[in-house]
Amino acid sequence: MKTQARSYFYVSRFTHHALNAMKTLHLLIGLPFLALPAHAKLNLIATTPDLGAIAREIGGDRVEITTLAKPTEDPHFVDAKPSFIVKLNRADALIEGGAELEQGWLAPLLEGARNPRLAAGQSGHIDCAKGIAMLEVPTTLDRSKGDLHAAGNPHFTTDPMNGKIVATTICEALSQLEPKSADAFRANLKKFTGRLDAKMAEWQRRLEPFRGRQVVTYHNYWPYFAERFGLKTELFLEPKPGIPPTPAHLAGLVGRMKAQHVRVILVQPYVSRKSAETVAGLTGAVVLDVAAFPGGIKGGEGYIEWMDSLVNALAGAFEKSK
Amino acid sequence: MKANQFLGWSSALCLSAALALPAQETISTNQLQQLQQQLRQLQQAFEQMQSQYRQQIDGMQKQIDALQQAQSAAAEKKKLEDEIAAKLGTEAKPAASTPTTPVVEARKWSPSQPIPVMRTGSAYMNVSFDALLNFGGSTASDPSKELQLGDHDPIQRGFSLRNAELVFDGAVDPYFKGAANLALKLDQNNETELELEEAFLQTTALPANLQLKAGQFFANFGRQNPQHPHQWALVDQPLVLNRAFGPDGLRNVGAQLSWLAPLPFFTEASLGFLNSGGGTAWSFRHRGEDDGTGVERFVGRATLARGLRGPGDFLYVPRLASSFDLTEQQTLVVGLSGAFGPNDTGPRARTEIYGADVYWKWKPANAQQGFPFVSWQTEALWRRLDAGADPTAVPALPAERIVDYGFYSQVLWGFKPRWVAGLRGEWATGNEAAYDASDVFRGERTRVSPVLTWYPSEFSKIRLQYNYDHGRRFGDEHSVWLQVEFLLGAHGAHKF
Repeated sequence: MKTQARSYFYVSRFTHHALNAMKTLHLLIGLPFLALPAHAKLNLIATTPDLGAIAREIGGDRVEITTLAKPTEDPHFVDAKPSFIVKLNRADALIEGGAELEQGWLAPLLEGARNPRLAAGQSGHIDCAKGIAMLEVPTTLDRSKGDLHAAGNPHFTTDPMNGKIVATTICEALSQLEPKSADAFRANLKKFTGRLDAKMAEWQRRLEPFRGRQVVTYHNYWPYFAERFGLKTELFLEPKPGIPPTPAHLAGLVGRMKAQHVRVILVQPYVSRKSAETVAGLTGAVVLDVAAFPGGIKGGEGYIEWMDSLVNALAGAFEKSK
Repeated sequence: MKANQFLGWSSALCLSAALALPAQETISTNQLQQLQQQLRQLQQAFEQMQSQYRQQIDGMQKQIDALQQAQSAAAEKKKLEDEIAAKLGTEAKPAASTPTTPVVEARKWSPSQPIPVMRTGSAYMNVSFDALLNFGGSTASDPSKELQLGDHDPIQRGFSLRNAELVFDGAVDPYFKGAANLALKLDQNNETELELEEAFLQTTALPANLQLKAGQFFANFGRQNPQHPHQWALVDQPLVLNRAFGPDGLRNVGAQLSWLAPLPFFTEASLGFLNSGGGTAWSFRHRGEDDGTGVERFVGRATLARGLRGPGDFLYVPRLASSFDLTEQQTLVVGLSGAFGPNDTGPRARTEIYGADVYWKWKPANAQQGFPFVSWQTEALWRRLDAGADPTAVPALPAERIVDYGFYSQVLWGFKPRWVAGLRGEWATGNEAAYDASDVFRGERTRVSPVLTWYPSEFSKIRLQYNYDHGRRFGDEHSVWLQVEFLLGAHGAHKF
């Protein structure tokens, strides 16, 4: 990239001696010196594993992708580790959700990274919420209702059709970043959306018998998924966003679940299983471990594989709990 | 359908008009053929138009159906909600204060609607307000005299409010971001003190991994000095920071250049270039307190009133920090800092401060809301202050080297979501100096502070801390402090 070449030029000009000294130092203490790798591939950073997985589909072997949040981690509470600053400093592009999910940790990382390519509005800043019809955008902001996202529910990639929009957004952005690979990116996009559409029909068939079913979740993580497949996720283990379950709330929840014959509780790797198991014990519901992101639970790292395991696990749980 | 009727009538009118005109004249075969052709064309055009309208009407009908469906779905949902509420009232009976399922006022937003709420990116500036309220007591009748010397520490038995911050930040333009921090405090007479804690701009687009900051800001020395009180893990300022940097911490007007080294691991070097005067440059050109006779004294010496003489009169604050991910779950940050500048106890008097800090944190890969975690933070500081002679002091003070040093070490354990238990141990001491008797900032001192914090949400906290204090000047003292924090407005991101 041009900008990058220029910044490296400055590095070499202003810090030539410092670099030489450090090189010697590293040789002496035997650390690998990786300061200036030649980028044959686009170096991309994705904030969360879902975005990383989609970017991998589009970029293929023409990109190098690093994901910041771990697939098992609560994406709202990622530590702004200094090692991320180093990664962002070298990135050609940042792929972020852009709907305040990363609000608690991304800004200081970007500030420390000193990478103008990733500044908002630059081609290296890929905002995946662009073009997504956000659900649950609060009409009033009031934190007595819990920690709501003002931009709406940020977990939009749980709807495969939003996955398609994100893939298109990423494809356009990558094509702009590296026009010579645009055709390859577009071919990959076509392949991905083709596979996704085929799978979509299959998923819809698989979940069709359970249309209208209610599913309990810990956090309001799955409304996009639910809307796509005609399910309902209106009951939560946490009483308000960000507030852990209380016995009184769970007691109320048990009453609702019994009244509505709700039989499935979805649990992500990072939430406490204890409250889910307690409620399951009282209602006869099944506790189903699902990954919030590709790679969160055994199985494929890919976006379609993740969605596939999600749909199958859920359909299986519905069948079992009939 | 009204639209269909309209189309029918209009087409009939068109046809009759087309047929009526040529009928008034003699009709030749040629003309007849022409007319027939025209009629066919008209019919074709009409059919085409009709099919276009039908498509449009079908589309509109679909939209209407979808809307009606959505409305009935919403009505159904509302009914269900009422039903559940009714059920809850009779069957489940949760406690009266129980929060119910969040009522998320869901609404799809489309670009044609006005943006109804303030949110990130909807204003040019983030604004927030944060207040820390303390309540507690101490075996010392006036804790502000010897024990709690920090500017934001609880200063009296009962209530004290020593930190209410207004914070503003945002992007200035494509080249700078800006931030300001106004701190309000209530003194022992409940008078409000206002200070401009920080106001600076920072570059966002310098080449070569450089970043420049200018304005009034906390010097980048160690871990805790650059933090605002609401980010601290305990209610008070560590002893060793208090002694080296004074009650306010080390901050001043100036500039700072920092550089991210192009290494495989995080390494940042920074150099602060600041004014060296005033109480926020405590160990440097700080005029000190009025001794009651109109003479300002620092470390016992009457301070000189003088102007800036040259580059040597500025305060220089270098720092080097590195970080390593020991494992996926463990991160280590280590740093070395220094602060060098003149002091006003003599014409050539200078001060040097050196510091080393380490921070380690463990957090598992499946942490919920950032819990559980264990962190360990330690800072050690060493200060050398070359004080000038003051023959006018009673008793007269010689030129001498005043050395102070000490450390604090704290462990925090987030044992379950929203709960953090902690323990801080600290020790500070120094060499014997001729003026010591008058200075509460000197003399060996040890403090041990267990602390428990509960975060009801990310926007509030309740903290209980006990201080066991042992000092050469005052013996043993015990204090208990309860602190409550609330935050309104934009929630700043957490730095590591």
